[in-house]
Amino acid sequence: MSGSEQESTHRAIERVARESYGRLVAYLSSHTHDVGSAEDALSNALVAALETWPRDGVPQNPEAWLLTTARRSFIDLVRHWQVAEASEPTLVLLREESKDMTLSPEFPDERLKLLFVCAHPAIDPAMHTPLMLQTVLGLDAARIAHAFLVSPTTMGQRLVRAKTKIRDGGIRFEIPQERELPQRLDAVLEAIYAAFGIGWDDMAGVDQRGRDLAEEAIWLGRVLLQLMPQEAEVHGLLALMLHCEARRAARRGPDGGYVPLSEQDCQNWSLPLIEEAERHLDKASSRGRTGRFQLEAAIQSVHAERARSGGIQWNAIMMFYEQLMRISPTLGTRTGYAAAVAEAKGAEAGLAALDGIDADAISAYQPYWAVRAHLLQRLGKTPEALDAFDRAIGLAEDPAVRQFLLQRRG
Amino acid sequence: MQFALLIFESPEAFAARNADENDPYLGAWRAYYKALVEAGIYVGGNPLQPPETGTTVRLKDGKRRVQDGPFADTKEQLGGFTILELPSLDAALEWAARCPAASIGAVEVRPVSPEYRRRVTG
Repeated sequence: MSGSEQESTHRAIERVARESYGRLVAYLSSHTHDVGSAEDALSNALVAALETWPRDGVPQNPEAWLLTTARRSFIDLVRHWQVAEASEPTLVLLREESKDMTLSPEFPDERLKLLFVCAHPAIDPAMHTPLMLQTVLGLDAARIAHAFLVSPTTMGQRLVRAKTKIRDGGIRFEIPQERELPQRLDAVLEAIYAAFGIGWDDMAGVDQRGRDLAEEAIWLGRVLLQLMPQEAEVHGLLALMLHCEARRAARRGPDGGYVPLSEQDCQNWSLPLIEEAERHLDKASSRGRTGRFQLEAAIQSVHAERARSGGIQWNAIMMFYEQLMRISPTLGTRTGYAAAVAEAKGAEAGLAALDGIDADAISAYQPYWAVRAHLLQRLGKTPEALDAFDRAIGLAEDPAVRQFLLQRRG
Repeated sequence: MQFALLIFESPEAFAARNADENDPYLGAWRAYYKALVEAGIYVGGNPLQPPETGTTVRLKDGKRRVQDGPFADTKEQLGGFTILELPSLDAALEWAARCPAASIGAVEVRPVSPEYRRRVTG
């Protein structure tokens, strides 16, 4: 086999792994709830693929090949880890299905159930996103640890603990009933958005850690949409992420410096991504059920409008924030609202809105201090502005944001 | 619990200490210090003079061995330390990431050991 053939085989393995990882893990673990063993079995199968595909060629149906191989390894693993008697029905089931497999490469897509399991209320909310990134996308613990700013060992241990809970804690692999669906879906959407938004704050900057995960989060959003095309908020979330992603290139100047949203060069925005975001927002609003992600996407849509009109409709942004405050009055929402009020009604009014936020909550919240500093500076309240700038600079993690604020501080 | 942030800095960062009042690194440190104090987590800390001012002492076979400079010969050297009172390592890592030295040097986070301290101080 030539070098280039070998390379294309490796690419084929990478592609199948990427496309099929979550489907295979979800399917293998849906009966046993043993996500850890399913992952181990799949990685054994991928190792086997790396050994045999370059020699024998890529199989006709690579996903079915991986499933068959993973399943064999999975049966061994489950047999090894579980008391034989207790797991016997499962093993029979797996073997039975194994026979069917040779006839049909089709198997049900259980990823939606897996997503709901990852964001189950019994699982520590801080682990929802890491679990999804690992079990559905196959990211390794070290990469997830980087993004979440913990050591790889710690993240590894937390993931194992969460998977043990899934296996032994009686968490069901199912799509929640109509009654609890909205709340359960919220947890899934939150977890996906958390991957996208790690350190990413529209007012204050671009975070290196967040950038790595943005694409992964969009991928998860697309998977979810494929599985739940009827849900307005799923469209809303995807629209929001695509709008932000469209501006990635514009967030840094030619010298690598930070460029705030309202000063970005629209020429550097990605029009195809904006258009795609708008299509999802349209689909969402046609469902007639508003929600947090649609509102946030709508705010981004108003900003995107500047590419066409040259101006920003701050009144519209303020109104969307008002609606958002009613359903999701987070610190980010309240700060964003104050910034919008300042643009629509003047810096005094914006400052009054900031003053309404609980003082304890904002002591380590960087965007609040950045907005406050800008408004005080605009009002000519120099000593207070300098103080607020210092707080914002001291809380900034991104060196480019820090630099930007130091310059503005003067 | 208390955590020590051990600040490792490059020769350039040490050199920046002699820059004027408008130096961005100095400005970033001032702001960071203020943020720590305002957040109510600052316990103490100090910058150290540059590594070449250090002297290392060891006693070997009852004889004093004195060496100019720091013990380790790496590019980034200990430039100071900060002690913070925080609920968890996760919180300490968040604050370490905001430290101005984190983007141009390194910040090592270590829990303070009150148990050992008690054994030493009695």
